[in-house]
Amino acid sequence: MQQSDPRGEAPEMESQNEPLIRFDDVVKRFGDNVVLDGLNVDVNAGERVTLIGPSGSGKTTILRLLMTLEYVNGGTIWVGGEPFSHMYKGGRLVPASEKYLRARRKTIGMVFQQFNLFPNMSVLQNVTEGPVHSLGISKDEASERAVELLEMVGLQDKINAHPTQLSGGQQQRVAIARALAMRPEILLLDEVTSALDPELVAGVLDVLREIARETDITMLCVTHEMGFARDVSDRVFMFDAGRIAESGPPEQIFGDPQEDRTKSFLKAVLEQS
Amino acid sequence: MDFVINALPQYWEGALLTIRLTVLGAALAFVLAVVVGTMGTLRNPIARAVATVYTEVFRGVAAIVLLFWFGYSFVEITGFRLTTDFAAILALGLNVGAYGAEVVRSSINAVPRAQTEAAIALNMSWWRRTSRVIFPQAWAQMLPTFGNLVIELMKATAIVSILGLTDLTKVADDFRASAVADTFTVYTVALVAYFLFAQVLIVLVRLLERRANRRLGRPTDDSLLGLLRPPSIGTTTGGAR
Repeated sequence: MQQSDPRGEAPEMESQNEPLIRFDDVVKRFGDNVVLDGLNVDVNAGERVTLIGPSGSGKTTILRLLMTLEYVNGGTIWVGGEPFSHMYKGGRLVPASEKYLRARRKTIGMVFQQFNLFPNMSVLQNVTEGPVHSLGISKDEASERAVELLEMVGLQDKINAHPTQLSGGQQQRVAIARALAMRPEILLLDEVTSALDPELVAGVLDVLREIARETDITMLCVTHEMGFARDVSDRVFMFDAGRIAESGPPEQIFGDPQEDRTKSFLKAVLEQS
Repeated sequence: MDFVINALPQYWEGALLTIRLTVLGAALAFVLAVVVGTMGTLRNPIARAVATVYTEVFRGVAAIVLLFWFGYSFVEITGFRLTTDFAAILALGLNVGAYGAEVVRSSINAVPRAQTEAAIALNMSWWRRTSRVIFPQAWAQMLPTFGNLVIELMKATAIVSILGLTDLTKVADDFRASAVADTFTVYTVALVAYFLFAQVLIVLVRLLERRANRRLGRPTDDSLLGLLRPPSIGTTTGGAR
């Protein structure tokens, strides 16, 4: 393939430590509201990245762009060294077609703030639906794997239950199992504990800690749980107004923040809890 | 009373045509409603335009004029003569299908966008998303209105009596014309028959509704009496979010 490289570096040199995810000058607008304003972010394979910052700062939009629930208005997203928001056509980058996206996004899974389980399916069906219908895995194999995953999230006794019979925390753990059933390389977690009653938060975070410990899945978490962010993150991005105000290892961001914006945000969050 | 008992076989004869027109007309209306209603939810502007034109045209014309048109005018432009009962099935199916398409479209659009997003996150194709996730949830919402529409359609089949087909209404009207009984009796029997058919249709739709709500994990009233009164879903319409 004829790749044009705007940085003018040889692709061979880059491939050694090429980031798994690259946001290249990404712009996202909703009407007149500029949510992401020329964002550049690299995330390496296996990295656990936490996105923090005030509401409306663009954190969730990054996850939604990666899940192809939104489309960029400018710039390009790259995944695994290949264009993701765009595709090559006649040697040029054009917006990705639905067919192209279907081939690419199967390496990405997402867990939503509101769980979004399918109410017309049992817990087990929720977890097998993706693997059976979009990965083409046999029903038996998908069920076997789903049971394993539901055991991992502590819901082996709820396999045949209906989503409405579960607590919010249980629903969210099913949603995590459902995302993992697709064997994603990248897991996107969008404020997964924000809709939960306080006493249910710990159970969900424990499951996520276990995933971080046991797998090498690249994780991008938008969260307001600063303790969790500190525990699992390799890097923390502090967002403000569509830009990264500060980024670094959690010890630095939480222990010794450099930017005033980060300091005031963390102060406000810590006072709240 | 003797008249009623003796005339029942003839009423039943007419009722069979009413039932046949209802079943076939409803089948056509249902297929049109699902196909056109789904087209109305697509992003493709051509599909949406086709759906809009169909809906606006066929809910905007009187079913009886449509019936005359298929019965009398159609042969003039195409050379094909449609039998009167086929013309009636077409006219009623197209007419009620237009109302049904609006029901399907709005029910699909009422399923939270988050459900589509969750299905995209599982990399499901449009067809899988629609058939496995969105439509089963919209279905529960369509049913009550479908119940109304199928009763409307059943009652509207009476228009074929004007074109000389012997349905339930025509049987009653013939009895009046031949003066074998008083007009009060001949029409009351027909009214009661239509009412009973409507009750059967309502019970069938309620059974479907019950099943649909149970699949969505909503509480259902499983008593026999519950089939005769509207289900109270209460506050759980959101289901699992």
